[in-house]
Amino acid sequence: MLAPNTTLSAEVDEGAGAGAPVVEILSADKIFPNGTRALAAIDLTVASGEFLTLIGPSGCGKSTLLKLIANLIEPTEGRILWWSGGFDKVGTPGRSIAFVFQDPTLMPWARVEANVRLPLDLARMPGAQSRPRIADALSRVGLEGFARNYPRQLSGGMKMRVSIARSLVTEPNLLLMDEPFGALDEFTRNRLDADLVRLWWERKLTTVFVTHSIYEAVFLSTRVIVMGARPGRICKVMAIDEPHPRHENFRNSPRFAEHCRALSALLTEVSVQQMRS
Amino acid sequence: MSVAAPLAVGVVLVVIWEIACRAFHVPIFLFPKPSDIAVKLASDWPTLLAALGMTLRVALQAFLAAIVIGTLIAFVFVQSRAIEMSFFPYAVLLQVTPIVAIAPLIIILVKNTQVALTVCATVVALFPIISNTTLGLRSVDPGLVNLFRMSRAGRMQTLWRLRIPSALPYFFGGLRISSGLALIGAVVAEFVAGTGGRRAGLAYEILQSGFQLDIPRMFAALLLIALAGVGLFTIMVGLSKLALGAWHESEVATEA
Repeated sequence: MLAPNTTLSAEVDEGAGAGAPVVEILSADKIFPNGTRALAAIDLTVASGEFLTLIGPSGCGKSTLLKLIANLIEPTEGRILWWSGGFDKVGTPGRSIAFVFQDPTLMPWARVEANVRLPLDLARMPGAQSRPRIADALSRVGLEGFARNYPRQLSGGMKMRVSIARSLVTEPNLLLMDEPFGALDEFTRNRLDADLVRLWWERKLTTVFVTHSIYEAVFLSTRVIVMGARPGRICKVMAIDEPHPRHENFRNSPRFAEHCRALSALLTEVSVQQMRS
Repeated sequence: MSVAAPLAVGVVLVVIWEIACRAFHVPIFLFPKPSDIAVKLASDWPTLLAALGMTLRVALQAFLAAIVIGTLIAFVFVQSRAIEMSFFPYAVLLQVTPIVAIAPLIIILVKNTQVALTVCATVVALFPIISNTTLGLRSVDPGLVNLFRMSRAGRMQTLWRLRIPSALPYFFGGLRISSGLALIGAVVAEFVAGTGGRRAGLAYEILQSGFQLDIPRMFAALLLIALAGVGLFTIMVGLSKLALGAWHESEVATEA
């Protein structure tokens, strides 16, 4: 039996990872205008190169936490640092963030290549410079032949691949993913997970990933944060100390099952605590 | 199929009409046969064509004016909810007031009759453009809005690359309705104004035919108005297909 590395939220950052901090969340909380306390004060450091997964029941604030990291919303109290600085420096070389949403959120009127090119177009990058990047991003997600297609001609899984290609095209240093494969069937999801973990490994891409799925969390992550609800908070932290790159056969290994059991036990523990309180 | 089927129905109806009129000896001043109308159409072609030209000119000018004004108003409306809430009821007021009722006023106020007619038709054609374009400019995928924000897109970039393409299907829906309304507005205004002479439109031809009991001519004028309306609608459908055909659900043929 593997001993999960469980600590209280206040001590979470100890031994978070070898890399330099990419995002530091310093007692940030979030209270929505209607008075709902979505997040209690959170302390969390995302280290360079790690694949960090946020998991927990609905309403535990994992998406809110991800949006805080993306600066799509601002914390009510507390601070967030990106590469030890403010958000104004984000977007400069070496400090770019890409976000993959729950839905593919593609522009239906634009072809696949134009959708993928969008972040570069918005940054006014000339075509000569952007073209090889688009080709590279499309080939990384296995969509070389589909550049001229419209989104409606693609399946759900392919649309999600386009969305991922669009996030890769800016060559981000931090990739934020909000349940990107939640709406897909299990086979497609497993395939995309395997592709994602390969991409992450090839690019040493710091990733924060939100999911409901225990299997997905174990397969992908180097570290899993278990969150609880009302208010959203960090309850447990579990490291998945398994070698990379992970392949499909990792899913069938006894160690995978062991990790899943341990993570499942943590989630049960959290929900039992919640029922009592 | 979409052309042949309705055409077949039309041909059958016309044949039944012709046969019925002949069989029951319906007098020409009550209800003319299609052949009478065709003869009249051929003999009065020059005047009818000129009248059609006048009516179409008013309708098209009004339609263009409605597109420009309506789109501008829609852009102003989406700038803030407060502006929209303050002014939208007046747009509705404009829409629900029958044009027949306000046309005399407009014709008195505006000296140039042609301009007055165009103003009347514009008032009728304006509302669908305003309401549809406003709805379209507001119907933007919130995920894409977030994406644009995260990519630090400017206001103009968001407008050109996101808001306007998102609004296009609604805008074209507005055009279809509005093109027909512009024609109706032009005809109604001509009826009210009753302008004759060299600048007479099809409505005047219908009025005159009524006074002279020249019913085949009345039918011929009616037919031309209807054909003009169908023509306008067809052009709008074509434009919409051209602009949205590749991507929008409404224009994409369902793959079996």
